[in-house]
Formats: sequence, C-alpha cells, structure tokens
Amino acid sequence: MPSNTIIETEPATVSLLTKLRTENVSMIFSRDGKSMSVLENINLEVGDGEFVCLLGPSGCGKSTLLSAIAGFLKPTGGEIRIDGEAVRDPDPRRIFVFQERGVFPWLTVEGNIGFGLGRLSRAERAQRINHYIRMVGLEGFEKSYPHELSGGMKQRVEVARALAVNPDVLFLDEPFGALDSITRMVMRSELLRIWQAERKTILFVTHDIDEAVQLADRVVVMSARPGRIQQIVKIDIAHPRDISSPRYLELRDGILSQIGLAHNV
Amino acid sequence: MKLRVRLRPILFILVLLAAWQVAVLLHPRQLLPGPWKTGHGIAELVEHGLIVKYTVASLFRVTWGFFLAVIIAIPLGLAIGWYRRAEMALNPILQLIRPISPLAWIPIAILWFGVGDSAAVFLIFVGCFLPLLLAVINAVQGVPAVYINAGRNFGLGPIALMRRILYPAIVPRLMTGLRITLGVAWLVVVAAEMIAVSSGLGFLIVDARNAGNRYDLVLAGMVVIGFVGLLLDTGVRSLEQARALRWGYVEKD
Amino acid sequence: MRAQDQPGRWERYFWPVLATALFLAFWYCAVVWSGTKIFPSPREVVRGLAELIHEGVLYHDIIDSLRRVAIGYFAAVALGIPLGLLFGWYSAVNQVVNPVVQILRPISPIAWIPVAIILFGVGDYAAIFLVFLGAFFPIVVTCVDSVANVPLIYRRAGSNFGLTPPQLLSRVVFPAALPQILVGLRIALGIGWLVVVAGEMIAVSSGLGFLIIDSRNSGKRYDLVVGAMLLIGVIGLMLDLLFRRIETMKPVRWGFRHES
Repeated sequence: MPSNTIIETEPATVSLLTKLRTENVSMIFSRDGKSMSVLENINLEVGDGEFVCLLGPSGCGKSTLLSAIAGFLKPTGGEIRIDGEAVRDPDPRRIFVFQERGVFPWLTVEGNIGFGLGRLSRAERAQRINHYIRMVGLEGFEKSYPHELSGGMKQRVEVARALAVNPDVLFLDEPFGALDSITRMVMRSELLRIWQAERKTILFVTHDIDEAVQLADRVVVMSARPGRIQQIVKIDIAHPRDISSPRYLELRDGILSQIGLAHNV
Repeated sequence: MKLRVRLRPILFILVLLAAWQVAVLLHPRQLLPGPWKTGHGIAELVEHGLIVKYTVASLFRVTWGFFLAVIIAIPLGLAIGWYRRAEMALNPILQLIRPISPLAWIPIAILWFGVGDSAAVFLIFVGCFLPLLLAVINAVQGVPAVYINAGRNFGLGPIALMRRILYPAIVPRLMTGLRITLGVAWLVVVAAEMIAVSSGLGFLIVDARNAGNRYDLVLAGMVVIGFVGLLLDTGVRSLEQARALRWGYVEKD
Repeated sequence: MRAQDQPGRWERYFWPVLATALFLAFWYCAVVWSGTKIFPSPREVVRGLAELIHEGVLYHDIIDSLRRVAIGYFAAVALGIPLGLLFGWYSAVNQVVNPVVQILRPISPIAWIPVAIILFGVGDYAAIFLVFLGAFFPIVVTCVDSVANVPLIYRRAGSNFGLTPPQLLSRVVFPAALPQILVGLRIALGIGWLVVVAGEMIAVSSGLGFLIIDSRNSGKRYDLVVGAMLLIGVIGLMLDLLFRRIETMKPVRWGFRHES
C-alpha cells in the first residue's frame, strides 16, 4: 500500500446538516442465558441527503444496526436520534426496504405501491402510483401480483412503495442480495438515478465491497464479533463512477486491505 | 390413450360395486342391500322430493352454525394470535376443549336449547369454532415478520395491522382451514341430526332404519351425504384457486 | 419482532393460571347466579368424578374407550400407511383409487353406524370399526400427500447413488415423508378419539361416551356429564402431547420448526 494516505477517515464534524446520529450505541442479545455483544460503541453521523453504506462481513451487526436505527429494535445502550428526536418506533418518514419478500403478496403492484397512501384523494393516489411505477420502470405490470414477477421486479415494487410515501430517510438492507449479478448492476444504477432525482438520505447495508464503493458517499466499514466501526471512508468520486478508473480501484483496494483481504484470488 | 386413463377410476368403482353386489348375493339373509337396491332407494327419495328437502335442511343448519363460528373465530383468532400473552393465557383451555367431540356436547345442547334446530346449530358451532380459532391463531403466528414490520413502518396501529396485514396474509391458510372446518360441520350436522332433530339427511338415516329397517334408504342417504360433502369440498377448493389467492400456493418459505 | 416486548419466562405460567382461574370463577358464579338446579358447578363436577372413582366405574370406562381407540387406530395405521405410500408412489394407482377415497371421506363415521351395527352388532367391534374408518382416510390421504411433497432433488440424489425403486422408497422417500406422516398420524389419533366418544354414545354401553349419555338419561347427572367431558378433553390432550413428544425425536426433528 502506497505511503501517502489514500483512505481519508471522516473528520469530526460533518459539513452537511446532520440528519441522523447514533451515540455510543451498543446491542447485546441474550439467548438461553448466554449473552452476545452484537454491536459495540457505534458512533455515526449521517448528513441530510447523504448516501451512506454500512459494509462488513456476515455477523458484524450491520443489519442489526440498521434495524435499530429504523426503530424496530431497541439498542441495549446509547442513543439514536433522527432530526434531533430520539428514535423509538418505526415511522413512515423513514421507510425500510427489506432484504427480500417485503412486498405484500396479496396485493397487486398498484396495491403495494399505494399501500401507504391511504390519506390521499383517489386522484392524487392514482397519480402518485403512476409516477413511481414509471420511475422504477414497471409500466404494464400495474395489475400483476408479486408472485408473477421476477426477483428484480419485486424489489423495484418495494422501492417504489417506499418512495411513494415520500420519506426523509430510506433504509435498505442488502436489497439486491437475492438477485443475480447482472440485475444487481442494473438495480444499482436505478437506485442512484432515483437518489439523485429525489435526494433522500439513504442508509444502505451490504457485504459487497464493489457495491459500497459504487453507490456511497461514505462507506462505514464494520468489523465482526462484536460489531464495531472500523473505519469510515469517504468516496470522493463524482457520479457516474467509472468502475475502471484508478481512483475507484484505489478506494476499493484500500477497503479490501482494511477488511484484511488480499486482492489476488 | 387419454380416454382410457380417465376411464380407469370409473372402472375401479364399477369393480367395487360389483364386488359389493356379489357379497350381498352370497349372504341373502342379512339386511344390507346391494348397490342395485341402493340405487332404487335413491330414486325413491328423489321421487318423493325428499332428497332436496332433507339436503336443504341439513345445509341450512350447517350454514348457520358455520357462519356463526366464522364471524366470531376470525377476529378473535386474529387478536389472540397477535397478542402473545392472550395466546399464552388461553392456550391450555383451548387445548383441553379441542379433543372433546362435538357430540359430547349433546346433553348440554339439549339442556340449553331443547331438542330442535337450535341445538343442532349449536353443535355445529361447537364443532367448527374451536378448530377454526386454532387455525387462525396458528396462521397469524406464521405470518412472516417482514410483513408486520413493513406495516408498522408505514405507521399502522394494531387494529389497522390486523385488518390490512394479518388478515390478508393468512387468507390462503384460512381458506384451507375453512374448507376443513366446513367438512367438520358437515360431519357434525349428520351426527347431530341423528339424535336431536326430525329432518335432514342424518335424520333420514336414523328414521329409515327405525321405521321399518329400510336399509336401502339408509345407504342411499349415506351416498347422498358423501356426494354433497364432496361438492362442498370441491366448491371451496375452486374458491382457493381464485387468481387473487394463488400467491398462497406459489410462495413457499 | 412484535410491537410488544418479549414476555418474561414467569409469564408462561402466570397467564394461563390466571385465565383458568378466572374461567372457573366465572363458571361458578354463573351457576350460582342463575340458580340452576341441573348445570353443575366446578366443585360438583369434581365430587361427581370422585364418586365414580370410588365406585370403581370410571377406570373401566376409560380403559374401554382407550382400548377401542387403540385397536381401531392401529388397524388404520397398519393398513393405511402401506396403502397410502403405495398410492403416493404409483401415481397411476392413485389416479384410479383417489375418486373413491374422496367420495367416502366426507361420510361421517357416525353415518356408518347403522352399517356398522349390521356388520358387527351392537358392541365393541362396531365402535372399533368406526374408529378405524375415522382414522383410515386421513392417514391414507396424508401419506399420499407426503410422498408427493418429497422434493425431487432427494429422489434424484437417491437414484444417482444407484438405489432401486423399493430402496428409494424405504431409504429416501419414507424418511423424508416421515415428519408429515407423523403430523397426519397425530391428527388421525385425535379424530379416532373424537369418533370413539361419539360412537360410544350410540352403539355401545360402556366407555366415556356412553357415560355421558347414560348420566344424562338416567337421572340428569350433569355433573357426571361435564366431568366426563373434561376427562375426555384431558385424555385427548395427553394423547396429543405424547405424540408431539415423538415428533421431537432426532430422526424426525428436522421436519418440524421448533420454538425456543
């Protein structure tokens, strides 16, 4: 690794408006009398409109952390604040896109996307549904049921459903994990396109290093057992990112070494 | 070739019927009729319009008892399945009542309702309610956490969750439960009628035997019972196939 | 993940005890307030049962019911499992036989009573026959289904290793289908227990079912009626729990989802 620092760690203050902050968050699970420390000392700040990836191997607690931030789990210690308020429960302003199978199988594509739009008038609802169907590229499938769709299409429905309620924050937990690698690449650019159009704050969990470097503004590298933040890496390449560019490869290889992997297979 | 294959079950049935007829012919002194006489019995019942009359009577009771059980068991099951403590509290009592045959309730039914339709409907209700309740509770507990979390994420409170997530999510398993419970209802009504009322297919069986040993009518009644039961079952199965429900069979954990 | 927090371990005992106590209290109060002379209170039920035990009668009734279930059930198992597996394995056979099964299945064993009485006379054998009928069809249907549910992958792996069809059936299909078969067997036992009680109410003169009818007819002894019902519930529950124990045995445990 070259002597000049290539990986820049995150400065203490974030220049953007802070949307989300975790302070000293820890999580201990107990099962059958044994307790397991899953997360330790997590201090994280995410700015408004930022795209942040949580990256790490299985068991590093990244999904647990995301669930806690979204309000599905209560941390054993520490605090989580969004917009200055403590997080207690899940909230429609922060929608979670699940790993897979979060789409409701008993509703059509339309029904799913319109799920959180009960408060709107019929016309508004229809208009919004239409907008997001087009945004995720599912025209023609409005009346289809999820089991009639492919994995990638189901994931798009879930993203559209999340976006339709206009949340401030999106949490994505390995949303492309169940898809084949070609579809995954397509979905990544779709997600970036949507993010750039709507500028939501996104917190994205993945174990795929390339995915993290391609998508994120900053990558939070986590280590496992117990889950800790090892390093926060700023990806300073402008979109669209050329995945063959030297800077991209530098950053990626840097993270590989961080995690302790060689880049020769 | 295809026609031959489809004919085979029919052939099999004919073989069984023939064997039955032969068995009867070999024992001329006993009372059970063969298929021929049974067929005549059915014809006789049709002639007198009794089949329709009795089937309707039985179906009427089934509908009432089943319907009552459904409208109480489903919301109750949703609530008990959702609130863990409720399930913890009630489970022993439910498990204790479950093995008690609905027919064992007959003395109580007669005590509370007297002999007649209400008693029969009550018995059907008893026979349907508990299995259905347990099926709903079971189905609710089987709803993947993903759906519930997504619902909570969209800001749904407990009642909205039950209505918009739990209930739709359990519909496929509920349909199966309903089909099985309807089958139970049909079993119970026949048995209940043999004891507590004076119309219906169960009554037909008992009456035909008591009032003159008309075993041909007894068997005719049994055939009709089997047939109607099968129709009910097939009817619900075709409902299960509705496009909006098909997801329940495609999605496997 | 639920909206409520995880209940404590003590709650596993607290809530059922509370609910049962409330239920008994409600029952007692209902009896007292309605001033009924016939419907028993919980205490009367207990006393009634104690009386029967004292007279040595209860024991015989329980044994009789259990005996009939045992014989009828095991006959259904002995005949039903092989037939069911056969039908499931050879789909051609199933296609022929299935319509008959589907027609006979909805006929309540109770409706068979007159036939049973003709064939076996009033008494034990009629009741056993009814139990057999009640258990037989569910067992056959379950076995057929379970064979169909064995994933193709397992069968292919088996034949890949050179197994002949009979070996495939016994070494791959049967073990793979076993969890589902066990569930079916448990349900069939429950049905058998239901049927024997119902059958005893009509066709025989001993057993718990008969106790119910007899207690009412000869003296409106509803305390015994309710007592017998509770006993039926308890024994039926014990049979069910016993079966579930079998489901936790190592060779089949993989097929069942466990609650920790």
